[in-house]
Amino acid sequence: MSSVQNMAVPARLKPPSSALDVNAVRGDFPLLRQRVHGRPLVYLDNAATSQKPQAVIEAMKRFYTEECSNVHRGVHELSERATRAYEAAREKVRAFINAREAREIIFVRGTTEAINLVAQSYGRTQVKAGDEILITAMEHHSNIVPWQILCQEKGACLRVAPINDAGELLLDEFEKLLTSRTRLVAATHVSNALGTINPVQQIVEKAHQRNVPVLLDGAQAAPHLRIDVQTLDCDFYTFSGHKTFGPTGIGVLYGKAQWLEAMPPYQGGGEMISSVTFEKTTYNVIPHKFEAGTPNIAGTIGLGVALDYLNQIGFERIVAYEHELLLYGTEALSQVPGLQLIGTAKEKAAILSFVLEGIHPHDVGTILDREGIAVRTGHHCAQPVMDRFGVSATSRASLVFYNTREEIDALVAGLHKVREVFGT
Amino acid sequence: MNELRELYQELIIDHSKRPRNFHPLPDPEHRADGYNPLCGDKVTVYLNTEDGRVQDISFQGSGCAISTASASIMTETLKGRSRDEVAAIFKKFHRLLTQDETGTDSNTELGKLVVFSGVHEFPLRVKCASLPWHTMNAALERKSKTISTE
Ligand SMILES: Cc1ncc(COP(=O)(O)O)c(C=O)c1O
Repeated sequence: MSSVQNMAVPARLKPPSSALDVNAVRGDFPLLRQRVHGRPLVYLDNAATSQKPQAVIEAMKRFYTEECSNVHRGVHELSERATRAYEAAREKVRAFINAREAREIIFVRGTTEAINLVAQSYGRTQVKAGDEILITAMEHHSNIVPWQILCQEKGACLRVAPINDAGELLLDEFEKLLTSRTRLVAATHVSNALGTINPVQQIVEKAHQRNVPVLLDGAQAAPHLRIDVQTLDCDFYTFSGHKTFGPTGIGVLYGKAQWLEAMPPYQGGGEMISSVTFEKTTYNVIPHKFEAGTPNIAGTIGLGVALDYLNQIGFERIVAYEHELLLYGTEALSQVPGLQLIGTAKEKAAILSFVLEGIHPHDVGTILDREGIAVRTGHHCAQPVMDRFGVSATSRASLVFYNTREEIDALVAGLHKVREVFGT
Repeated sequence: MNELRELYQELIIDHSKRPRNFHPLPDPEHRADGYNPLCGDKVTVYLNTEDGRVQDISFQGSGCAISTASASIMTETLKGRSRDEVAAIFKKFHRLLTQDETGTDSNTELGKLVVFSGVHEFPLRVKCASLPWHTMNAALERKSKTISTE
């Protein structure tokens, strides 16, 4: 066993007592201790990227100080250790999303690359002129643009299932858009701009009734929800390490083995081949067929430790805690005069997107920043969502299990300051 | 709070809430669109000249307080100016946005524009203040393309 696999998670988190101890959890995230503009940092931009627990930082440091070596290449001890740690991380990801087999886990840079891989590899071979790709009106640009590129190349058509004023998918409309021409459904599990949790189980069922495979964008789901790709029965699932308390530059594409085996490689190079001559190259088996070149080894190891950390806290506790936080935040923000929440779905993750009457989100963001409060302002890489709600931008507070009620109170106080500056 | 007050001076808040010359010009001689993809700010500048001077200038769009106020005060400042004067003011204004020149006297010709002296403390907001000016410049040069801050 490599030391990396034994990465200790703080003992105090171990016995699964009922409620989450937020103070203990916060202690695991060194970055949260700092002050910004002289104020304690209130980090509410977790949907953009989450902070990393000490265990992840230590694991990556340990890789570089004790184990750094390439994977699947050398016969020497270090390479052996690095390979074992790398493949152990793959197994951790498999268990995290309950995939059937570890070879169904492809390491990529992030959700964006995972979707592009499917668009290029599955799309290039399975999509023809006149075919359709079906997405929803709440997708992140990274689950729109790769399909647009594909559709343009192939003469295929991108269809978009509409949402209601609460930001919920209209399932009936979605179903009507599933036709004999639909080659793939690509839908987000949780919306980054609205917080909506999509009815993914039903989406998959309805698509499968028509033999249409489904890709789920789990970038905003993996940090908040327990994911079981076998129960979902989705064909592809994607998420990003950096939004899931792991490092940047590492992400996951899950694909059912039968798809991955049938799909052509995404990129060519080392590692993805089993033999090369100038006449003919035989591709490696999955997952290696899709992992050309030296992978992000340290990032992969860090991701594995991040998932260990999440498992130690436990999704039951995370879901319960975040739900309570969401209710508290929704109530608190609703008390701010002139504030309108954008995204009020019944099923929501702890994401609070809002506009303040007469004050541009960019100004809100600047003023909150001086209070030490980090929120995202802008279109959140979801311009069609902004258009749907008739706004050019929103401010977004995205919460995770290390956020507190006190931080929401600080946000509300900050918003009152914003209104004071603007004299409203 | 002091830096915030420096940034959001009363005149800026006032112009952002009640922008001046905030309408299209019918049949303008010059016109250009500006766009800041980072925050979605959009501005269109309309401009007519006469004898090499800005005879009329107006704008439309949606944006943050800084960009709206900047556009509004820009239109007030530039009316009646020659092209050379416009270029000189833009140059000075740009320096004001990017360098700390408080206390120096090089700002005297900027008039009302000095209310933007707080912007340099907020590097992410410099583009908000400069977008209307770049757009105006493009309009004058008859570039019909959308001007982007990126
Ligand atoms: C819903 C959703 N999908 C995809 C992405 C893209 O993820 P990444 O930038 O990590 O590739 C994001 C990130 O903001 C997201 O929120």
